[in-house]
This record gives sequence, C-alpha cells and structure tokens, in this order.
Amino acid sequence: MSHISPTIWQFLVKWMTNFALYPPEASKIAPQMDALYFFMVLVSLIGLTIVILLVTSFSLLYNKKRHPVAVQIEGSTLLEATWTIIPLGLFLVMFVWGALIYFRVFTPPANAMNIYVVGKQWMWKVEHPGGQHEINALHIPTGQPIQLTLISQDVFHSFSIPAFRVKREAIPGRYTTVWFEATTPGTYHLFCTQYCGTEHSHMTGDIVVLTPEDFKKWLASSTSGASLAQNGERLFASLSCAACHNTRPDARGPSLASVYGSKLPLSSGGTVLADDAYLREAILNPSQHITQGYAPIMPTYQGQVSEEGVIALVEYIKNLDSDYRVQQTTNTTELLPESEGKAPAGQKPAVPKGAGQGMVKQ
Amino acid sequence: MSDTIVVLPDQRTARIPKTNYLTKENGLLSWLLTGDHKRIAILYLISITCFFFVGGALAGLIRLELLTPQSDLMATDTYNKVFTMHGVVMIFLFLVPSVPATLGNFFIPMMIGAKDLALPKVNLLSWYLYMVGGILVLYTMVSGGVDTGWTFTTPLSTHYVNTNVLSTGLAVFVAGFSSIFTGLNFIVTIHKMRAPGMTWFRMPLFVWAHYAASILMVLGTPVLAIAIVLVALERTIGIGVFDPTKGGDPLLFQHLFWFYSHPAVYIMILPGMGVISETISTFSRKRVFGYTAVAFSSVAIAVFGFFVWAHHMFIMGISNYSVLIFSLLTMLVAVPSAIKIFNWTFTLYKGSITFETPMLYTFGFMGLFTIGGLTGVFLGTSGTDIHLTETYFIVAHFHFVMVGGMLMAFLAGIHFWWPKMTGRMYPEKISQLAAVVTFIGFNLTFFPQFILGTLGMPRRYASYPPEFQILNVFSTAGATILGVGYLLPVLYLTWSLKYGAIAGNNPWQATGLEWQTQSPPLTENFVELPIMDHEAYDYDWLERQKEKEVASVG
Repeated sequence: MSHISPTIWQFLVKWMTNFALYPPEASKIAPQMDALYFFMVLVSLIGLTIVILLVTSFSLLYNKKRHPVAVQIEGSTLLEATWTIIPLGLFLVMFVWGALIYFRVFTPPANAMNIYVVGKQWMWKVEHPGGQHEINALHIPTGQPIQLTLISQDVFHSFSIPAFRVKREAIPGRYTTVWFEATTPGTYHLFCTQYCGTEHSHMTGDIVVLTPEDFKKWLASSTSGASLAQNGERLFASLSCAACHNTRPDARGPSLASVYGSKLPLSSGGTVLADDAYLREAILNPSQHITQGYAPIMPTYQGQVSEEGVIALVEYIKNLDSDYRVQQTTNTTELLPESEGKAPAGQKPAVPKGAGQGMVKQ
Repeated sequence: MSDTIVVLPDQRTARIPKTNYLTKENGLLSWLLTGDHKRIAILYLISITCFFFVGGALAGLIRLELLTPQSDLMATDTYNKVFTMHGVVMIFLFLVPSVPATLGNFFIPMMIGAKDLALPKVNLLSWYLYMVGGILVLYTMVSGGVDTGWTFTTPLSTHYVNTNVLSTGLAVFVAGFSSIFTGLNFIVTIHKMRAPGMTWFRMPLFVWAHYAASILMVLGTPVLAIAIVLVALERTIGIGVFDPTKGGDPLLFQHLFWFYSHPAVYIMILPGMGVISETISTFSRKRVFGYTAVAFSSVAIAVFGFFVWAHHMFIMGISNYSVLIFSLLTMLVAVPSAIKIFNWTFTLYKGSITFETPMLYTFGFMGLFTIGGLTGVFLGTSGTDIHLTETYFIVAHFHFVMVGGMLMAFLAGIHFWWPKMTGRMYPEKISQLAAVVTFIGFNLTFFPQFILGTLGMPRRYASYPPEFQILNVFSTAGATILGVGYLLPVLYLTWSLKYGAIAGNNPWQATGLEWQTQSPPLTENFVELPIMDHEAYDYDWLERQKEKEVASVG
C-alpha cells in the first residue's frame, strides 16, 4: 500500500477494526430502543429504495429517446390514497412504539435508587444518597434501577449517556428525572449535549458501571462519613429550620414528618403533591406555597443555599418518617454552640449513627 | 430523436430584446430606488449569494476544526462563535429568503399574469430591511461575534454570555420584518392580482407553495420578534420572564422560539418544493401527477406545521402527555411530504424525460429530501428522539432537508429560470457536472454524520473523543468537494451573462405564463394582459399555441 499515505492507511485500519454503527448496549432499555431504531432504518431503506427504483426505471423507460411523446395523466385517487395511508400507518406504528419506550424511560420503577446530579458551567456534580460526591463521573452498579434527579444551577445542560440510550435536560430551577438499569460493567461516555457556553465540549465525563460487589467496595472507599440525608440534617439544624418546623403545639411552621409524598392543602386553596420539586420550591419561594393554617412568615432561602444544599435538605425531609427525627434535630439545634453555625461532622453525639442510617431509606 | 427539449433561436440572428427590465433605466439609483419586483429579486439574488458564501466559509472553518479530535485550530469560544454565525447567516440571511425573495419575487407576478407585486414599495423596503439585518450580522461578526448558538437559548443568552447578543437579536428582528413584508406582499398579490381566468386551481404549484409559506411567514415571524424582544429586555433590564429565580420560566423561551422556528423550516422548504413541481413537470412534459393533492399538501404542511413545535423539547421536562400529542402531530405533518415525493415520482410515469441541469438537481432534491424527511420521523418518534436528539443525527437530518433539499431546489430553480432572468443560457455540460459534484460532496459530508449521531457524538462540540475521528475526516473531505460544487455555478453563471447562448422566450418549452413573454422580460412583464384559458401544465395548449404562431407568421 505504498501509494496510500501511511497516516490515512493507519486511519482506515483503525476505523475498520473499531467500526461501529451504534454505541454499545449497556442498559436494559438500549436493546429495546435499538429494535425500534433498526425497524425505522429498515422502513426508511425500503421507502428510499422504492423512490430510487421508481425514479430510475421511469427515467430509463420514459426518457425522451424512448418515449418521445408524453401521455397526460391527471392523477389517480387510488394510488394517492395508497401512498397516503401506507406511510401514515407506518408512522403511526413508529409513534406508538416510540411512545411506549418514551414512557418506559421516564417512568421510574418504585425500587429505583435515587442519585442527584447538579449541572453547572462546565461540570457535572453527582450526589449519592450515601453522601459520596463525584465530579464528571458517575459510578453505578449493574442490575439496580437508578433514578437520576437532575437540576442545573445556571444554564440548560443535558445529561447524555449514549451507551444507555438515555438523555435528560438539566434545567435551571426545576428538577427533571430519568432512570435506567445498567447491564454491562465498563466505562462509558457522559456528554453534556445541550450547548451551554464556552467549555461545552469539555463538559464530559465517565459513567463507570461496576458489578454490585465492586460497587459496594467503591461506596465504602469513597464515603465522606455522612450520608446525603445527614448532610441535610446538619444544614436543617444550622439554618434553624427546626425553630419553626417542629412538633410543638405552638409551632409556627408545619411539621415535616412524613410530609414527602402526601397531598398538602394550600392556603390559596387546592392541594399539592409534596414531591422533590415541591419541597425545593417551598424552600426557595416559600411565600408561593403556604400550607393551610400557617402564616406566610417563612423567609426565602434563595441565594443562601446552594443547589447541593437544597438537594441535601430535600433528601433529609424525604426520609423524615416520624416526628422523633425532627425532635432529635431540634435537640441538636439547641445543643449547637451559639457562635457556630455548622457543627463539624464528628461532634454529633445527639444522632447515633446507627439510628440515623436506619431511618434513611436506602 | 434528440435527448434535450431545449429549443433556442438561431444564434446568428437572435438578439437580446433591446427593451427589457434590465435596460429600461440605468445607473445605481435606478436599482436602489426601483419598485420593479424583478430588479428587487436580482438585488436579493446578489445579496443572498454573498451571505451564502460568508456562511459557507464559516462552515468550512467548522469542518476544518473537526478534522482532529482536539480543539486545536481555534479556541473553543471562537469555535462557538463560528457555528453560531454559521447558523444565523445561513438561516436568517440565506435559507429563509432564498427561494421566496429571489425566484418567488421574480416569478409569482409573472406566473399569475400580473405586472408587479401588489405593494412594490413594501417589496423594496423588505430588501432594505434584509440588508440592515445582514449588515448588523456582519457588524456583530467583526466586533467580536456572538456565541449563543442560533437558538439564543435562555438563560445562556440573557445572563451568561458577554458577547453581542443584542446586535444579533436586532439583526434577526429586523430581517424578520423583511420576511413578514415579503409574505404579506405575496398573499395580497396572489389574492388580488391574478389575471383573468387564473383561478386558484389554475395557478402553478410554485405559487401554491409560496402562498402556504407566506402564511407561515406572516403568522410565525412575529412570535420570533416577541421572543427576541423579551430576551433583549431580560438581558438589559432583567424583567425576569425567563429567569427562574424571579419566578420566570426558562422553558417559555423555547416554546416561543420553536413556535416560529419549527414553522420556519417549512418557510424554508415549501418554496423549494414549489420549484421542484415546476421543474419535474417541464422536464417530463407532463402535468404534475395529482395537482390538487400537491397543492393541498402544501397548505396541510403549513397548517400542521404550527402545531408540532414542542417536538424540539421532548427531553426538556415537558409533560409526558404533551410529548404524546406533539409526537402524533409530527407524524401527521410527515405524511403530506411523503405524498409530494410520490406525486413527483409518478409525474415521471409515461412522461418524456430529459436530463438538463435543473432536472439533475431535482433528482438530487428528491433523493436527499426523502432521506431528510424519513430521518425526521426518527426524531419525531418520542422514544428514539431521546437518544438521537442533540447529536450529529440532528445536524445531518436538518442539513439533508435544508441543504440537500432546499439548496438543491434553489439551484434547480436558478438554472431553470436563468434564461428567463438574464436572456442567456448557462453552459449545460459543466453545470451538469456541478450538479453531480454537489450531490456526491453532499452525501460524503453529511451521511457520516448520521452514524456519528447514532454513536452519540453531541452537536456543537469543538473537541470530541478520538474514536469519532475517521467519520469526521470523511465529512470534512466531503465538505471540500461540496465547496467546489457550489463555487462552479458562480463562475459559469457569471460567465454566461456575457457569453451564454441567447435563450429566446421559451427555451424549455414550458407552460407557465412567465415563459410566454420575452427574456429578459419587459418591466411591465407582458405586452398585453394575459388571459388564462387553460389548466396549469397544459402541454397540449402549448402545442396549439406554437401551431397558431407558425400559422400566423407563415
């Protein structure tokens, strides 16, 4: 191959050895989506072949040399109905098939493990429920449904994992979710696919899929000592949330025990489902979301708590399944030295570690 | 039997008519203050060609940067500015005005037998507004550029970039009014200025397509203007419509923007489809198969086109049920395009086909638009959209529709009507070569991008993982071929202005009223008011006319 430049030759060899038409299928949804994708490729190829065959054969049969005088034809209702109904039918099959997959990708199973992701210019910050932090990487086990709750602290970003065939926009001021279940251990690309400014193309990372055993090892080796809910609890204490949100009869705010997932009556009338998005809103724009029977006295925490802080608070409130826990936190608040806003992780005898973890749903 | 339909007058005796719209008046002012739709069309043609090559040069820079995985030719923010300017220039300064403002402007009045557009001065104003928009874009470019992407996504455009968002926004705002006025002018003209006997169903399909596109321009563009004003207000005084910390909704911008920008793709493609209907009929000597279906499919595209905008937002957290509705509506809008493709194909059936350059571009259009349309269905299907959106699959899809479709149609139209506009033929052999080169270059450039997108390569990346390199190399190689394909017509068309064969009134033996008058036409278009006494694409009528002429002259 002396007449081909070695660089080009090298390229071609490299390409032919790694030739791929689609990325690895590393999640449960990937083969399902690929089935639809290849069905559509097949339909497209057939459609394109029909058009090309017709155009070519008509060009050969009816070119001016062979067919000097055109025969005028008005049209044909039957033929036109055919090429209206057949494409419509095929498109509708794709629509239904696609919608089934779409709903599957965006309807998480009940046992999914929730991991929070915060996007910012230009990195991804991951918060595991066990308190592990990651930047531009996400470690997950196989065989376990994972739900991501995404938010952006500045502009639109988009969390894309081609090998899993999932992608979800991270939007400023709003939680979005997506779920997947990884099937094959390995390291896969993570891309930000929504244009987000100067370093957009460097907002990439690795999705590391581990076997459940390896994942346990990774969790243990990356722990920061406190779970996400415990971080939230500490923040709850340092922001003195429990000054109002306690269980005393004269409490100025509603008790937060078991509030997550319940239907709350609002003072403006109507009820609202207390989900992640509602909790976040209630912390940042409290005056918009007054629970019935309470005065609108809560100040906004906009700008005082980072998105990660809000996530920790939400995670904490989510896992408050009894008043016991709030009281514990109330006590912690009272135990805090006056001058210190935040208690270091070590000085928390009021919350026994075992009890805390028992409360937090894993 | 000859394999061409071209009938030229005897070149030894033929002359370009002394009086025509080009020679009526002389001097720069006679052009800059003209109300003649044909002169304004020429002004547009020159200006959009210039902007096309500006946008094309930027595309060249993009492809050059993507030759290697690292961002090494330019810094990432330069790259971001380059692709932003490429998008802004190509969409607002080339694709939107391309066929309507040049060919539509020139031929709609002639096709319906009118002297001019209904509002000649508004037509001139459109061109000036377009030029103001264009100059503002050039100013933006030399004064530091803008890096929001042509989509101006908030809050990036309102709070986070410190480049020339306002001047670009103003440019798009002003150019938008140019588009609104053009659309308005077409609607009024088509309603009010048709020659006696020119009923709606005797109009050429080119006019139908422009009518549908005009409705989109008039109803859609104001929404874009509003969205841009809101971005400007948010950026300057922080009114908080889109800012979540002030209770605004960042998704609202996307709704407003795509409410225009999805119909805008039909503003771009419908006039191109109009061109294809004309060329395919002329070069197969046949009435367009199912005229009514093609006419109504244009209108159907325009109507449905307004109700599919949220398919750009399937993964942005709009509710699952609205995804369902918008996905379904997207499937419905795909059907009229399929109808058109098959109707054009069957127009060839039992025709008498010749393969002059406009026909070659037409075949190119049909193949590439079919691919572009079918891959659109991949994206309209909500499930696969999750994986394919925001990747190179999208880039390949809309380039197949816009460049493979619209630009091919534009070139088909330019070659088809060149003899009418200038009075001279373009050189046939080299232009056939250019059509083939364009087709090959196009496929090599954009087909690999479908695979890149499926593999997951995100769009708007200055750097990418090394395993994507080889396909990018193919794409860049194709782009150089494509560049040659686009430069050739500029050269030989310019050459033909002086040296091309004299075309005569009707070199293609076409049926449209525009061909029944001298080339280049008189300022008034027709010597006497034409009376339409036959259907569109009636080749028997044309034969009878010729016999009559021979009889009267003989």
